Amino acid sequence: MSEQTNHTEGEPRVNPVLPYLREDRMPHIWCPGCGIGTTVNCFARALTESELDLDKVSIVSGIGCTGRVAGYMNLDAFHTTHGRPVAFATGLKLANPDLKVVVYSGDGDLMAIGGNHFIHACRRNIDMTIVCVNNFLYGMTGGQASSTTPDPATTTTAPYGAFEHTFNLPFLADSCGAVYVARWTTYHVRQITKAMKEALAKKGLSFIEIISPCPTLYQRRNKLGDGLQAMEYYRDNSVVKSGADTREVEIKYQGEIICGKFVDRERATWLDCYNTRNAAAIGARYRPYPWRENGEGGVK
Amino acid sequence: MSEALAKKRKIQKYLGNVEVKIEHCKGCGFCVEFCPTGALELSKSFNKKGYHPPMLVDQNYCNGCDLCGLYCPDFAIFGFRVGPNPNFKKDEKAK
Repeated sequence: MSEQTNHTEGEPRVNPVLPYLREDRMPHIWCPGCGIGTTVNCFARALTESELDLDKVSIVSGIGCTGRVAGYMNLDAFHTTHGRPVAFATGLKLANPDLKVVVYSGDGDLMAIGGNHFIHACRRNIDMTIVCVNNFLYGMTGGQASSTTPDPATTTTAPYGAFEHTFNLPFLADSCGAVYVARWTTYHVRQITKAMKEALAKKGLSFIEIISPCPTLYQRRNKLGDGLQAMEYYRDNSVVKSGADTREVEIKYQGEIICGKFVDRERATWLDCYNTRNAAAIGARYRPYPWRENGEGGVK
Repeated sequence: MSEALAKKRKIQKYLGNVEVKIEHCKGCGFCVEFCPTGALELSKSFNKKGYHPPMLVDQNYCNGCDLCGLYCPDFAIFGFRVGPNPNFKKDEKAK
């Protein structure tokens, strides 16, 4: 692929996102007008701003359009089976608690197929960041209705319109025990960057839902225009209500989208609880996990 | 769309520029629509895949804020600041 740019004079400049991407995989497979690339931009900038050691950051994705993020980011990445990124990330975090684990996947993968893993990770409060890019259906597999498709949106498996009750993702995460819950749309790029930065710094399970356009399947099948029109709809119909009650932030078809940071609280993580319980039961012989090379940790 | 864009345009205090990776652009138009100073426009020429990449209308309108780079889903464009704009006049701000 040629690297033709409009560059004319002086030293060639580098896109600030490029160091975080695997350049040989570009251009990516996402459709024109898809918002996933925008969220990756925000994630790269959040990584820059939070000044993390990139050798200690790993990204885990499942199957789906958003699942491709793990393959495109120049970080330690794993592309897991469908619905299992949270299960894999739990193991990764517990095997090496020094890692900053980020799960980056779509709504079909995280909430429909992997829903059980998600609620239990929230319950246990595993220290990880979950970014869910919600485009209201299964994108890569052909536009099937997912657990977030609002009534009466048309999809390939709901030709007369979806009729099921949908998941309210911030409420699900909040009620299961996540310590940080936020929702933004791809229009709110600065807010996503800030939310991701806060989520990376937060100890415990932080969950960010990002509403993203799917121009090829969701917008086209419902005659809602292209990606740009979806972004304009987000601009005109999103209401920022930080601290809103998550029970009231459900998304209706083409209705108001309530955005903001809904939950930010402190709760002991799984590893803290594990160490506290064992220390109480075993006593002085117990050394808290993780065991270090300098002899700290482990049972003497 | 072009009228709304023209309304945003005024000479900026700082001079910026954008760099576009023409072959990576998919012509979604996010950068053109959400540029806070309306400095971009989809060009008439097209790349190998037939998409129209964005171009800078006039360097005076761009202040190098890099919001286009933050919006671009294809990592094809980014903005940078060059320096103070010699064409900027203080009364321009009052308008």
